[in-house]
Amino acid sequence: MDLSFSKEELAFRDEVRAFFKDNVPAALRQKLMEGRHPTKQEMVDWWRVLNKKGWGAPHWPKQYGGTGWSTVQDYIFNEELQMAPAPAPLAFGVSMVGPVIYTFGNDEQKKRFLPRIANVDDWWCQGFSEPGSGSDLASLKTKAEKRGDNYIINGQKTWTTLAQHADWIFCLCRTDPTAKKQSGISFILVDMTSKGITVRPIQTIDGSSEVNEVFFDDVEVPLENLVGEENKGWDYAKFLLGNERTGIARVGVSKERIKRIKELAAKVEAGGKPVIEDQKFREKLAMVEIELKALELTQLRVVANEGKHGKGKPDPASSVLKIKGSEIQQATTELLMSVIGPFAAPYDVHGDDGSNEAMDWTAQIAPAYFNTRKVSIYGGSNEIQRNIITKAVLGL
Amino acid sequence: MDFDLSEEQRLLKDSVEGLLKTSYDFDARKKYQAEKGGWSKGVWSKLAEQGLLGLPFSEDDGGFGAGSIETMIVMEALGKALVVEPYLPTVVLGGGFLRHGGSAEQKAAHLPGLIDGSKTFAFAQLEKASRYDLGDISTTAKKTATGYVIDGEKFVVLNGESADTLVVTARTAGGQRDRNGIGVFLVPANAKGVAIKGYPTQDGLHAADISFTGVEVGADAAIGDPENALPLIERVVDDARAALCAEAVGAMDESLKSTVEYLKTRTQFGVPIGSFQVLQHRAADMFVALEQARSMAMFATMASDFDDAEARANAVAAAKVQVGQSLKFVGEQSIQLHGGVGMTMEYKIGHYFKRLTMIEATFGDSDFHLRRVSAAGGLI
Ligand SMILES: Cc1cc2nc3c(=O)[nH]c(=O)nc-3n(C[C@H](O)[C@H](O)[C@H](O)COP(=O)(O)OP(=O)(O)OC[C@H]3O[C@@H](n4cnc5c(N)ncnc54)[C@H](O)[C@@H]3O)c2cc1C
Repeated sequence: MDLSFSKEELAFRDEVRAFFKDNVPAALRQKLMEGRHPTKQEMVDWWRVLNKKGWGAPHWPKQYGGTGWSTVQDYIFNEELQMAPAPAPLAFGVSMVGPVIYTFGNDEQKKRFLPRIANVDDWWCQGFSEPGSGSDLASLKTKAEKRGDNYIINGQKTWTTLAQHADWIFCLCRTDPTAKKQSGISFILVDMTSKGITVRPIQTIDGSSEVNEVFFDDVEVPLENLVGEENKGWDYAKFLLGNERTGIARVGVSKERIKRIKELAAKVEAGGKPVIEDQKFREKLAMVEIELKALELTQLRVVANEGKHGKGKPDPASSVLKIKGSEIQQATTELLMSVIGPFAAPYDVHGDDGSNEAMDWTAQIAPAYFNTRKVSIYGGSNEIQRNIITKAVLGL
Repeated sequence: MDFDLSEEQRLLKDSVEGLLKTSYDFDARKKYQAEKGGWSKGVWSKLAEQGLLGLPFSEDDGGFGAGSIETMIVMEALGKALVVEPYLPTVVLGGGFLRHGGSAEQKAAHLPGLIDGSKTFAFAQLEKASRYDLGDISTTAKKTATGYVIDGEKFVVLNGESADTLVVTARTAGGQRDRNGIGVFLVPANAKGVAIKGYPTQDGLHAADISFTGVEVGADAAIGDPENALPLIERVVDDARAALCAEAVGAMDESLKSTVEYLKTRTQFGVPIGSFQVLQHRAADMFVALEQARSMAMFATMASDFDDAEARANAVAAAKVQVGQSLKFVGEQSIQLHGGVGMTMEYKIGHYFKRLTMIEATFGDSDFHLRRVSAAGGLI
């Protein structure tokens, strides 16, 4: 047993860290530190910098433009990126649909889509959830009917993150209405400019618009946009969601947040001394740091295990990562709330542009607290994760 | 011992809740928020017509001579309906200063307008460095031949954007955190040298940052003893804390109701999600948290009439801690059990969560009050 990185791994970490230090635009870094939302262009520009370096989709196999890194290197890259902080490669493309395409898609699809995903020439969004199908995803109703050379899609997706930016959406659609729940579903790629698609923004409680409803009204999609086999979409979705969960602990994000908490707590005064000198506050913060350290090591154990058994076969213990990772992210936003106390109240109607000076740095803290409630809801809610642990791990 | 409301109190509860039921659903609230200043003059007049604005004032002053229990009843109802009108800043705070410290002349000058709904108030207390310490004041009130000159900056003043009269804490003597040398002053919002920068708050109310530059007021602007008003401030703010506890109980009560309703109607896996035992127990824990908070809100209400200022402060602080713990759990779990829907601006549950969160950060959060209770040697 050795809980430290090897010499090579440390050298790799230094290389990655140095690259981020030199290449993440200062304005982008600042926005992320303050919890503001970068613009589409800012993110795309940054991802193209990564892609130029060969790191656009680093976790993919080499033959598809990835790096061939070990799982530990993947981990180090993610963590350094989150701590930089800089936006991670667009998950919907790079971590979700990309691996599905190179694992289950045909050569034509690989050639057509993978390079464009790595360079974010196409912005992808995830069309899984529906109004009636959240935790119970397999009950989805959006249907795709074969007509000539096309599927005709009708139905509605919801909670579609950043669909307003998207060029493509990958959808789960029902292609066999007679089959049992999980078996009649297909995985279909849809061009967002197709006729019959309507995107309606949903404002979230923090005031931002990151999710949408997406309506499909007789949308024609060429049959060639089916990934893998018809009616096997559920298997691909399970594979995709498994990949999603390992990235979901977001240890680096929480580490970066803790650095920021310490900075702000040293600045903000209460009772004539900085908040950071308050014993109770320090203890609360230390407790979160301890839990985060434990999570980091748990994540590394999962990563090491994955290294042994091959990428893409997630451990049911990854549910631990989802549960604790989300709880810790939420705890860090709560600590920020206690740092600023009554100054959490002003709401910046101008949104994220930072134009309202009076509220300057405090204006994004309550929204971050509100917004972060989502992390225990999406990606398989924490209740669903506990169901997984009780069944798959504990055998109850 | 009697936890029941009197016949009159029950009538009051029914009439406020009735009024809000008919005029204050979630869509109506949105309309009221869109009015000038962020709240509705029409609703305010209705509250005045029902006598709710005059409730705590003596009959001699044109009020109804009601006590803190009546304020609790009203605040709980306002919390249930998530009312945005400035009851707390006007009746509890502005009115509270006049009631507990105002001279006969001050009452005569201000209460009629307050009670008939034509004038609203705001309490300008928070400063950049004061945090929750009511005695931490840098704003100064310098004595002149005719009165005082006020200089300083106040932040997150609830209803500061609309109020006609500001009640301002300022230092007449001593250093920033001295307990003595503190005064409270009535300042017309349109006085020369008052600059008001209003904005909406996270919970859909409105507040303002207000600067005072050489603002001249008469000697009669001081409420109570201009050299030693901290006890008065603490007294009035304890009333406000008790009122906030009641408002939080109302908001939690409604949050739990909506959540339970959602558990019964939302189906996944072919069954209502309320059939999952883990969610049933979560809702049961929310109920436990709510009832604990309700008890302590009652305690704070009774305590706000204690003669012993220390016992009062300690009891109110304890209530604010319990309510703070409960509201966090109830608020967060309400969102969690609603799933994605809970995250949306369109749906009402998130708005309850945001109001509850801001109540926690008003006049002392749980940590602040826990420190006070522990410094006082506990409660028992
Ligand atoms: C900000 C945000 C972004 C999102 N982005 C996307 C996206 O880009 N693409 C996409 O497809 N989806 C997205 N989602 C949807 C997300 O995956 C769903 O919200 C999630 O699956 C939960 O479904 P639901 O919201 O319908 O809640 P429900 O499934 O209705 O759950 C409500 C409550 O019941 C609980 N519950 C449900 N079933 C059980 C059970 N069996 N046992 C115990 N408890 C249970 C849940 O844990 C939750 O607390 C996003 C959601 C959010 C909030």
